[in-house]
Amino acid sequence: MRIGDYKESYAADEAVFSTPTSRFWLGVLFAAMAAFPFFAGDYLLYMANITGIAIVAALGLNILTGATGQISLGHAAFIGIGAYTSAILTNRFGLPYLLCLPLAGLAAAFFGILVGAPSMRMKGLYLCITTLAAQVIFEFLFVHWETLTGGIRGLNVPAPEVFGLKIDSEFSFYWITAVVVIIAATVSRNLFRTRMGRAFIAIRDRDISAELMGINLFRYKLYAFAISSFLAGIAGSLWVGHLRSITPEHFPLHESIRYLAMIIVGGLGNILGAIYGAIFMTMIPELLQSVLKYFESMFPQAMAFLFPLQTVVFGLLIVVFLVFEPHGLAEIWCRIKNFFRLWPFKH
Amino acid sequence: MPILEVNNLRLAFGGLQVLDDVSFTVNEGEIYAIIGPNGAGKTSILNCLGGFYRQQAGDIIFTGNDISSLSPDRRAALGLARTFQNIALFHGMTVLDNIKLGSHAHLKSGLLDTLLYWGRAHREEMKLREEIEREIIDFLEIEHIRKQPVSTLAYGLQKRVELARALAMRPKILLLDEPVAGMNAEETEDMVRFILDIQEERDLTIVIIEHDMRMIMDISDRIMVLNFGCKIAEGTPGEIQKHPEVLKAYLGEKRKHG
Ligand SMILES: Nc1ncnc2c1ncn2[C@@H]1O[C@H](COP(=O)(O)OP(=O)(O)OP(=O)(O)O)[C@@H](O)[C@H]1O
Ligand SMILES: [Mg+2]
Repeated sequence: MRIGDYKESYAADEAVFSTPTSRFWLGVLFAAMAAFPFFAGDYLLYMANITGIAIVAALGLNILTGATGQISLGHAAFIGIGAYTSAILTNRFGLPYLLCLPLAGLAAAFFGILVGAPSMRMKGLYLCITTLAAQVIFEFLFVHWETLTGGIRGLNVPAPEVFGLKIDSEFSFYWITAVVVIIAATVSRNLFRTRMGRAFIAIRDRDISAELMGINLFRYKLYAFAISSFLAGIAGSLWVGHLRSITPEHFPLHESIRYLAMIIVGGLGNILGAIYGAIFMTMIPELLQSVLKYFESMFPQAMAFLFPLQTVVFGLLIVVFLVFEPHGLAEIWCRIKNFFRLWPFKH
Repeated sequence: MPILEVNNLRLAFGGLQVLDDVSFTVNEGEIYAIIGPNGAGKTSILNCLGGFYRQQAGDIIFTGNDISSLSPDRRAALGLARTFQNIALFHGMTVLDNIKLGSHAHLKSGLLDTLLYWGRAHREEMKLREEIEREIIDFLEIEHIRKQPVSTLAYGLQKRVELARALAMRPKILLLDEPVAGMNAEETEDMVRFILDIQEERDLTIVIIEHDMRMIMDISDRIMVLNFGCKIAEGTPGEIQKHPEVLKAYLGEKRKHG
């Protein structure tokens, strides 16, 4: 460390992908992401799209709950706000999709700041209840503000158009999802390399000493709410672009809880964790379902009680997981990586 | 010249009078010690200075400005830094990030800089890293642990990282709450050396609370003695050692036990 040019060595030390190996694997990942749609069928592409949307939203919740420690039960509502904003801007004002996307994020961020405002006086469980209240209120609005939201029948939107191209297939939407996921992950990563990300973690770890270190707690909690719901809003807009229809049923409380489960299973406060968690929580139910479908052909009469079993198994998986691996999937990945780093020489 | 002036500070919790009309001034560049038996109110004074406790009466003048009604983060930005009796590091971060956090108030990148990173935020972070390496990590001899999560460190090292974080706040005054408590002889010696170097090389004013009498008598310019929330004496180490009140309330007691 002490030899050579200081500046050079610290810059290299601070870089995220500092070793040639990590850059190589990043390249492989991008190549795989680019090649994937040419080999995958519609079903796999559909899975990739909904997983990507979940990743963007989970990255958002990870900032608020994972890193800053403010538990939110209203994440689905912010996704909903983004989705409705995007749909309304498309239908009523004919705005292009690429403009709706950031505007949906901004609208959600605006309401995120409103919901976060009580954090000046409240913390912990009390603040958590405010986010629950927000979830309930927005769900109510989605259903009852019919002139705007279309009530329980919801809204339908035309397929988005980007640079004159109609994005009306799983294949074409995949590219939008992929680009947004990469941007969201990069922005998240950047956040934690600078003073704002550090301030978030400090607030989570010890809010009192964070304030004594010069951090304005209220302002930074609002930042966390804003960034987190911004990403949720973007995810909502992706949702609309992808499914082309929304109803209030898409953004219920248990969806908020599912997002909490994602970041917990993945590893709180960890960007890779949020990504793994989103993949895990989207893929496993699908896998379970395929397994059940397979059994269905063998015992058609047992289906009535096998299908609910799916939820039980899923719940059980999460519990078992948290008991044995409280730091989440990200931790397991770390261990695997360390194993292979030394692998040929270990024994 | 006084850098810190505390006038008639009173603090009570319910019926318990924790600080009873405490006044003192700290001069620029000196090492000012606060001693007293357990529960005398020493830590409470630091908590009032930092803005974590709100006193019922009295005011605090720091570099000529009344800071009594400022929030803790504003006071920190003005140059008030402290370490804690029960270490208060951020356990989810590495040593380096803990230290960087100390510089929070001096960094300027806003939300957009942060999200884009390349450009202003990157330059600022690089400069910060370099400064911290040169002026803090090198100085406190903690190069070997900079990438470790603080929770894995031995107690003595954690105390040192806390000092590093306080230095990164670029303070005008450093408030140290029992910096060598629980340390072995060697660690204590290192810490004392660091404290003296800090005061000499950086023109920092230091307020220190400590139970280690030998160390306090060695390094302090002036000492205030506190007992049951009242200031009972103030003076140079020589004067304090001979002060009848002090001998009765504190040193005498220590001698009897030890
Ligand atoms: N937040 C609080 N609520 C109630 N009582 C408190 C609070 N903080 C301090 N006290 C009381 O104030 C008195 C002084 O406490 P303080 O921590 O300032 O003592 P100290 O001189 O630092 O003691 P020590 O040498 O043990 O660290 C004690 O009786 C303590 O119980
Ligand atoms: Mg104390």
